[in-house]
Amino acid sequence: MSVTTPNRYDVADRAPFRIADLLLRWETILVLLLATVIAFNTYISPYFLDIYNLSDATFNFSEKAIVALAMALLIVSRDIDLSVAAIIAVASLAMGEASVAGASTPMLILIGLAVGAACGAFNGALVTGFGLPSIVVTIGTMSLFRGLAQVVLEDQAITKYPPSFAAIGQGYLAKGVPIPISFTTFLILAAIFAYVLHRTLIGRRIFAQGNNPVAARFSGIPVDRIRFWLFVLTGTMAGLAAVFLTARIGSTRPNIALGFELEAVTMVVLGGVSITGGSGTIPGVVLAVFVLGLTTFGLSLVNVPGIVINVLNGSLLIAAISLPIIARRLLGKRA
Amino acid sequence: MMPALLKNRDVLLALIVATLVLLVGLRAPVFLTAESLVSVLTDTSFLFMLALAQMAVILTRGIDLSVAANLALSGVMVTLAARSMPWLPIPVVLLLAIVIGAFFGAINGALIAGIGIPPIVVTLGTLSIYRGIIFVVAGPTWLTSKDMSTAFLDFPKSTLLGVPSLIVIATTVAAAFAYLLSQTQTGRGIYAVGGNPVAARYCGIDLSKQQFLVYTMSGAVSGLCGFLWASRYGIAYTDLAYGYELTVIAACVIGGVSVAGGIGTVRGALLGALFLGVVVNALPVINVSPFWQMLISGAVILAAVVVNARAERRSGKLILPEARRAAAGGSAV
Repeated sequence: MSVTTPNRYDVADRAPFRIADLLLRWETILVLLLATVIAFNTYISPYFLDIYNLSDATFNFSEKAIVALAMALLIVSRDIDLSVAAIIAVASLAMGEASVAGASTPMLILIGLAVGAACGAFNGALVTGFGLPSIVVTIGTMSLFRGLAQVVLEDQAITKYPPSFAAIGQGYLAKGVPIPISFTTFLILAAIFAYVLHRTLIGRRIFAQGNNPVAARFSGIPVDRIRFWLFVLTGTMAGLAAVFLTARIGSTRPNIALGFELEAVTMVVLGGVSITGGSGTIPGVVLAVFVLGLTTFGLSLVNVPGIVINVLNGSLLIAAISLPIIARRLLGKRA
Repeated sequence: MMPALLKNRDVLLALIVATLVLLVGLRAPVFLTAESLVSVLTDTSFLFMLALAQMAVILTRGIDLSVAANLALSGVMVTLAARSMPWLPIPVVLLLAIVIGAFFGAINGALIAGIGIPPIVVTLGTLSIYRGIIFVVAGPTWLTSKDMSTAFLDFPKSTLLGVPSLIVIATTVAAAFAYLLSQTQTGRGIYAVGGNPVAARYCGIDLSKQQFLVYTMSGAVSGLCGFLWASRYGIAYTDLAYGYELTVIAACVIGGVSVAGGIGTVRGALLGALFLGVVVNALPVINVSPFWQMLISGAVILAAVVVNARAERRSGKLILPEARRAAAGGSAV
């Protein structure tokens, strides 16, 4: 056996690097898309490329984006949580009641996170304990959680929050630094999530069970335990989003964050996470967050109504998913 | 031991619904009058039809989240058409609604069956797109009964042999689905692709053909319901039936339709829809705040999935004699 011929039993750690692979990566497409969005928005409005406007724009998507990060892990592991928006409602309700009873701001944050985690644990227990499909369970708990908020609040709203609490949702990192706290939190969490998913054992396990849960279980991965904690994590992130959202708008209504779950799923799927599990990246999700967030912001600058922007975002989702499939088919490669 | 009949989940669900109706009747006898029960059925007709169409989709392992958006879009478009062409006879308007709905359903079908995008992604996208198109065609204003002709508004109030037209239509749709799903090759094909796509493929059943069909049917039923909804409630606007897709899916789940595909009956889906319909209509009668409705349906959905999961759990075949003995011993304890 000569030295130059590799042993046929050797398995390469990774595929050889090819420039074509880099260009065909989903993230590359998203970067191009993002560049197009920025160029287009700059062209249609002179107010778009303004550091203060841009930083204020992040207020509108940071909360959803925080939820989307956890949702990405959940979808990679083959689950989904459609109850996140309802969890936000319950967490916001708990904070509202606590605030009326006179709780301090740190206490309110803690309550929001704890209620979110508890709701997530409820989902996780149902999914793993009874072996139920997560999509059905979370459609059920979505009604249950949102219903709870409706029963307690009826058509009322809680608006009594301490000023220091409002500062979390509306405040910036520091005086003179125009970066909102919520956006900073999102960036830090994105870095942590990317590290965990792409560089740690837990991350590899999440990919493994998303690809093939049975094989993963037989390889000794505690599949159900990981699924349970991912639901708890998603609930906690929804609780955190509830903290920022409640603090920003200063009120708790039963219909708070209505429809958030579908927007978060859209961010994740546009980010290149396969809805059937097993593949996806956090950088992709972060790019998708910016594409969707900046499209919405840019178009609202030129007074396009929100519902029309939704049409564009929906089309973007379908086009982004279908174009590569069509391209691959035209190039004669197998999908 | 439960009698064998009680193990049938449809019978059980029917008993639960009947008990519920009787209990509400005890609190408020007015609920048990024929008039009130007919009104419950009339109100629930939308859910009956949409749940059946959704069931066909779920049987193929799919999901259609765009039904409510399609319903609203078709309702608004048909209202606009009827306003600009008041001479259109109502049967033509009804047909038009079905065609419009089927068209938007076919778009879903083409994206799912033709390109191969997962159903949840496609219908999530078209959900926002269809609602957005309403705004584009109709603007932010609400179409109210002032924009509708008398004939348009009178249609849901009309009766056939004393039966309200909504119930007649729902019954027709239910009969059509029952025939399609149990008596035709296409219907069995829908079950087959959901039950085991690989085996179905080897039998020569084309998944994409079945998929295109079920999404188009789902759209057609949404369109039909869009017209009926607009004419019954005398209103059509962007947020019509907002979030109703989840109620429709809930009705299917309560009725024993498995989201894993291949399992579900027309009878079950109808009972699931009836259950939700009775709950919604009974709450105001017994003076429970309507704010409880969502909480109750959430709890019922969860209870139903737990029950379904038990029924669906297939006992794997135990090959080793000792394992078989252990299992037999375990169940005897």
